Amino acid sequence: MLYAILCYHDEDFVGSWSKEQDAAVMSKLALVQNKLKKEGRLGPVARLLPTTAATTLRKDDPPVVLDGPYAETKEQLLGFYVIECENLDAAVEVARDLGAANPGGAYEIRPVGVFDAGTRAK
Amino acid sequence: MTDVAWIDAAITSARPQAVGALLRYFRNLDTAEEAFQNACLRALKSWPQHGPPRDPAAWLIMVGRNAAIDEMRRSNKQDALSDEAAVSDLDDAEQEIADRLDGSHYRDDILRLLFICCHPDLPATQQIALALRIVSGLSVKQIARAFLVSEAAMEQRITRAKTRVARAGVPFETPGAVERSERLAAVAAMIYLIFNEGYSASGETSEIRMPLCEEAIRLARLLLRLFQSEPEIMGLAALLLLQHARAAARFDANGELVLLEDQDRTLWNQKLITEGVALIDKAMRHRQSGPYQVQAAIAALHSRAAKPEDTDWAQIDLLYGALEVMQPSPVVTLNRSVAVSKVRGPEAALEMIEPLGDRLSNYFHYFGVRGAFLLQLGRNDEARVAFDRAIALANTSAEAAHIRMHLDRLMRDSKPPVVRF
Repeated sequence: MLYAILCYHDEDFVGSWSKEQDAAVMSKLALVQNKLKKEGRLGPVARLLPTTAATTLRKDDPPVVLDGPYAETKEQLLGFYVIECENLDAAVEVARDLGAANPGGAYEIRPVGVFDAGTRAK
Repeated sequence: MTDVAWIDAAITSARPQAVGALLRYFRNLDTAEEAFQNACLRALKSWPQHGPPRDPAAWLIMVGRNAAIDEMRRSNKQDALSDEAAVSDLDDAEQEIADRLDGSHYRDDILRLLFICCHPDLPATQQIALALRIVSGLSVKQIARAFLVSEAAMEQRITRAKTRVARAGVPFETPGAVERSERLAAVAAMIYLIFNEGYSASGETSEIRMPLCEEAIRLARLLLRLFQSEPEIMGLAALLLLQHARAAARFDANGELVLLEDQDRTLWNQKLITEGVALIDKAMRHRQSGPYQVQAAIAALHSRAAKPEDTDWAQIDLLYGALEVMQPSPVVTLNRSVAVSKVRGPEAALEMIEPLGDRLSNYFHYFGVRGAFLLQLGRNDEARVAFDRAIALANTSAEAAHIRMHLDRLMRDSKPPVVRF
């Protein structure tokens, strides 16, 4: 079963990391990702730009385009993983590993209903 | 991340909001800063033991406020606390305060904090130093290092700035719409100054001063998060990101400045470029142009060109034309002339800068650019005169060295070489 792991964290906090801290977290995360890659379980991974770069389209009639993220929250959606896991326990296990590499904030684990890898070349 | 690094990042990111709120309570910058320092000391003790609070800013505000009130009570020998001030149970109060920190409040708190740093009475250098100390929380030592002055001199500069700000009185009422947008413009200008302080560094000092650019970007992002729909703030953030993206290519191994056209574009930071271009794209949808947006759009066109010859000079010429209307200045016209020389040739460009001679008679770049145009036209003797004048006016050894290179070529070649500016 495919699971999406949605990464929430305070982007002010993440933005306050020094370049070295950021690089250290990323290289620890890469270790977890590499393990999943070897097992053939790693789907798309994305790190999103800050919410200041976000635009929201409200599907009113007519649709309204607004600056900023959909939700004003203390912690923001900063990225996501899509990972093949046997069951929820395995997905929680992956989230734990990722969390150990990048503490703070929260991961929302959501089973994927429909998945289309798309056509974009690598 | 280690505990210490974690706490450090949490305090840094909470600082503008926390000091801003404490300033609103106490209406005195020194008291607010001291209260925040006290709260940080307690955080260093408490957080590793009890784990991080859910909302570090709310925690720091409340603990700082209580500490300052205790302090005042001790010094005033008052014994009764007002109900509002007496917060005994940390956990409940944290949530309560977090709820009270609704968007509008903390937005104005942070804006006020930034705004008092750019009081018109303060010279630019004091504005920047004050903002870095109060808003960013850099130590006096760090700021002194970035400004290449002694710690004592910087301490004095900041103290003087604080005295002036205190005398001027801080505006505490919630600002109206017009006032808010005036504050926003002043704060944006100050953030740009901080950036330029780092960006204009020479090769030897660029590494030391680079953190100023990074801090300015952090502040611009913060401001944009508070004012999500302001196209000029998007433009400012985009401009800083796009300029900073070139940092690794701007100096060669000897610390000499490398001109845009000669830079190794593979060294440009694509992540920053992506973010900058995304922001300028967003800003332009508002169709309310402004100087930051136009300058960012120019920077975006440069960063979109994989090779210098791919640069869309015609579009850059148009954008500089727009900038000339918004911010008429001989320097803008001079910059535009470089684009004009690419689109319509050196003769048209030379004609364009001819009238600027009086106002830019002591400006290094004027003579550098003028010399380059003359050289392209094969008017070597006149070019030599312009280059000589440029060398006399050079601000850094890198600038002088660059012009000397042209002069050397002039001596060597009989034919006019291709000069890039």
